[in-house]
Amino acid sequence: MGFDFTFHGAQLTALGHRAVWWASQRTLVVSDLHLGKSERHARRGGAALPPYEGRDTLERLRALTDRLDPSTVICLGDSFDDDRAAGALITEERELLAALPKGRRWVWIEGNHDPSPPAFGGEALSKLTLGPLTFRHIATDQSGEVSGHYHPKVVVRHQSRPAFLVDRDRLILPAFGTYTGGLRATDPVLQDLMRPDAIAILCGPRALPCPMPRIKPHARR
Amino acid sequence: MVAIPDAIQSWFSSRGWSPHPHQLDMLARTKEPSTLLIAPTGGGKTMAGFLPSLCELADGTHEGLHTLYVSPLKALAADIKRNLSGPVAEMGLPIRIEDRTGDTSAYKKRRQRGDPPHILLTTPESLALLTSYPDAPRIFQGLRRVIVDEIHALAESKRGAQLMLALGRLQTLCPDLRRVGLSATVDDPEAIARTLARHPDPCPILMADPGPAPDITMLDLPEAPPWAGGGAAHAIPEVLRQIKTHNTTLIFHNTRAQAEIFFHRLWLANEDALPIGIHHGALDRAQREKVEAAMVAGQLRAVVCTGSLDLGIDWGDVDLVIQIGAPKNVKRLVQRIGRANHRYNAPSKALLVPANRFEVVECRAALEAVAAGDLDGDALPPGPRDVLCQHILITACTGPFEAEALFHEIRTVGAYTNLSRADFDACLDFCATGGYALKAYDQWRRLLRRPDGLYQLRDPRAAARIRMNLGTIQDTDTLKVRYKNSRGGAPLGEIEEGFAATLVPGDTFLIAGKVVAYEGLREMVVQVSRNAAKKPKVATFNGTKFATSTQLSSRILRILKQDSWPDLPAHTADWLALQREMSQMPRRGRLLVESFPLDGREYICAYGFAGRNAQQTLGLLLTKRMEELGLDPLGFVASDYATLIWGLEPVLDPAGLFDIANLRDGLDGWLGENAVMKRTFRAVATIAGLIERNTPGARKSGRQATFSSDILYDTLRKYDPEHVLMQITREEALRGLVDFGRIEELAARIEGRVDLLRLPRVTPLAAPLLLEVGKVPIKGAGVERLLERETQALMQQSGLGMLDEATG
Repeated sequence: MGFDFTFHGAQLTALGHRAVWWASQRTLVVSDLHLGKSERHARRGGAALPPYEGRDTLERLRALTDRLDPSTVICLGDSFDDDRAAGALITEERELLAALPKGRRWVWIEGNHDPSPPAFGGEALSKLTLGPLTFRHIATDQSGEVSGHYHPKVVVRHQSRPAFLVDRDRLILPAFGTYTGGLRATDPVLQDLMRPDAIAILCGPRALPCPMPRIKPHARR
Repeated sequence: MVAIPDAIQSWFSSRGWSPHPHQLDMLARTKEPSTLLIAPTGGGKTMAGFLPSLCELADGTHEGLHTLYVSPLKALAADIKRNLSGPVAEMGLPIRIEDRTGDTSAYKKRRQRGDPPHILLTTPESLALLTSYPDAPRIFQGLRRVIVDEIHALAESKRGAQLMLALGRLQTLCPDLRRVGLSATVDDPEAIARTLARHPDPCPILMADPGPAPDITMLDLPEAPPWAGGGAAHAIPEVLRQIKTHNTTLIFHNTRAQAEIFFHRLWLANEDALPIGIHHGALDRAQREKVEAAMVAGQLRAVVCTGSLDLGIDWGDVDLVIQIGAPKNVKRLVQRIGRANHRYNAPSKALLVPANRFEVVECRAALEAVAAGDLDGDALPPGPRDVLCQHILITACTGPFEAEALFHEIRTVGAYTNLSRADFDACLDFCATGGYALKAYDQWRRLLRRPDGLYQLRDPRAAARIRMNLGTIQDTDTLKVRYKNSRGGAPLGEIEEGFAATLVPGDTFLIAGKVVAYEGLREMVVQVSRNAAKKPKVATFNGTKFATSTQLSSRILRILKQDSWPDLPAHTADWLALQREMSQMPRRGRLLVESFPLDGREYICAYGFAGRNAQQTLGLLLTKRMEELGLDPLGFVASDYATLIWGLEPVLDPAGLFDIANLRDGLDGWLGENAVMKRTFRAVATIAGLIERNTPGARKSGRQATFSSDILYDTLRKYDPEHVLMQITREEALRGLVDFGRIEELAARIEGRVDLLRLPRVTPLAAPLLLEVGKVPIKGAGVERLLERETQALMQQSGLGMLDEATG
């Protein structure tokens, strides 16, 4: 179940599945898939993490596209953990990935991890403007921006949940990838980025809005 | 009969000693392929094991390794080295004795491989490592005897399985190898003998004189123990008094955390500054060694300890053993009691200190069981297959191997005699390819089959990684704790990573009996400073939580059944009487369930007396059913005798909820998504080599490891539920952490007779559970409901309108 809100005149729904649905445009937005993260980790000499997150991420994405049948899907960058990781995907993942863009517009926004997203079908752009909204990877000063990058998380009642952050200027999406950590909304970076009246929308079985947690004023400079 | 060489004979007679009858028996049986000796602590067990080796080595003609001694504890290996080297030197025998454990320096280990001593004292892990080297045949050349000490402790664990597999390997290298097992008193010696002997060799059992009955009492104080908890703070003055009136006292605790708290309190009350030490597995090696040395030198009046001192280290003049908290298991209690008066034919003196009121009943039951000689024990399970997977990988490290030969070698190992070829092949396939769902990924394909049919490592460099991750001990991930400005000083000990993550600078906690303040984390070391805070947090340790054994639980129920309790202290008898008045007493053939409201939540308490693990499982199964019935459970906590569940809706009708016989139906689905299963899987996958805890250059953080094993588990569950590791996980969880056997036992006992009482308030027996630690939250509709309430309230408080207005 999603939470409906208006952002720069666009009627959006924040889905508990960590995606945004723009019904009037039949557009689905996800961010930070980080496909191939385990592969990159192992390649860099880290522990061999099990390589299943990619399949899990893609299957959740497929479940969403099956249900909503979007005409446009926008991936807000860091879709691949790096440019080499994309090449290391196994056959099944490649097949899944190749099937997804069929019959719809698919936009890979460039991220800091994947400055040139590989062509698995779909188009690669550094940013995209649709009506009143601009889609890019990292938030800038521009108003009306939808972005990702930070993987925001919010803790309520001792539960840490991935969350959307939204104020009148910008909307930041949580990471969609299975294997991604997160940045607490109380981190100074996010505190400075978002306006004091920002709200957070917690992901889970239902999308739950609450005020974005704020560090006590005296703790901030 | 092998003659005792003069040098040894005259050593005995010069001291006015003569060998014990069972020591001579062992000597007489020295040519047997396997022998198991059961002797009480202090019965000269070690000498009985080594005497044949000393006799064979006395003439100085043996070249290389002769006897391998394996013990479950590093400290025990060091202790035996000390206790054996003395007499050997006095006898003037030309025998070189060395130990080799995880604590041995790399230099010394290298030298030992090139030039092994006559007698090598080691642990199962160090032995497995030794057998993994390509030059193993040369290292073990000449090996005649292997002595497995404290085999009763090993036989029940995966460490024992690993050891026995290694012995199978050694037996192939040295066909004439003879095996000796040394064991404390156990309920089923034949089962231990079967794990020791090469199948189908016979294994005669020698029983030494058990010695006099122990002198054991329960501490009875005028002051009542608290309702819950394991601290036993109320007993501190009396414990100090007992320490003063004895030479040396061992104070056993069931968990490391309890030992730390008790030691801290003991020190605060120790006005006479009696020398008292602390010893447990999470303390740094140097700290432990210091305590051990002081103990041997007779400088300590008492040692607060845990299972790390359960096994037979000879501590000199211990004349009293105090057990804090209920012993949970009669066999272990008897073995702990045996630590006092480590002299043959002297009765051991022990004192049980119940830490809370229910433990008074438990201690009473334990006393009766000891008096009746009623030891508890479970049947030994078949050899664990995750250990087998690791053994296959270890075998591959030594060089190319033939599957057929390895299979036959493994079938000579007691615990694996019934291993089917199909199961073996599944394990081999897992090692070779990762198994069906993992085949696509290169990183799991570790063995390749050569054209000649032999298996070998696909990448020879993998051997180093396999060795790094060898072993079956599953400790949680820990971080070293060090004083901030002590450049290179000894660490104080280790704390769990999860606990370290909860600390903020300035937080105080207990470690090694000291209160320290958290300063920060630097390069995986927790930095602390001295602090004199009165109320420190308690570091959580992965101290084993023992479940009360079935036998002991039955005895407890029998005590509860009594009309009155003249044998129990008045405070406890009154408490039980009050329970009978306000509610009912749990009975053996029925399941008592109490339902009551408290502080805006609804509670039920189910008295299953099935032991902590099974009660925990019952909690998971019941809350799942409650979730389905819309009762919105929020969490539960389990003790050895009951499960307490709280939620948003009252439970008024037992129908559909307590149909325990049918709980098994939902078990598979439930098991799948359960945290206990994930934890079990993590252990299995780590032992089987799927998850590497250690990698060259980098150490994975505990959270990272948990994270990846959970994902792996979910995926296997989805794509390959019959993967060999999933099968092992299910089997193991049902037996171990899930302990479903005891739930079935409970179901058979009550046959559907459930008494649900709706009561106005919390009852005397349920109240202590409110104070229990280890509460398990249920992440279901109840939590979502509360989360929704909370977020709504936050939105209202904040004065932020809906976003429509905010975004204008």
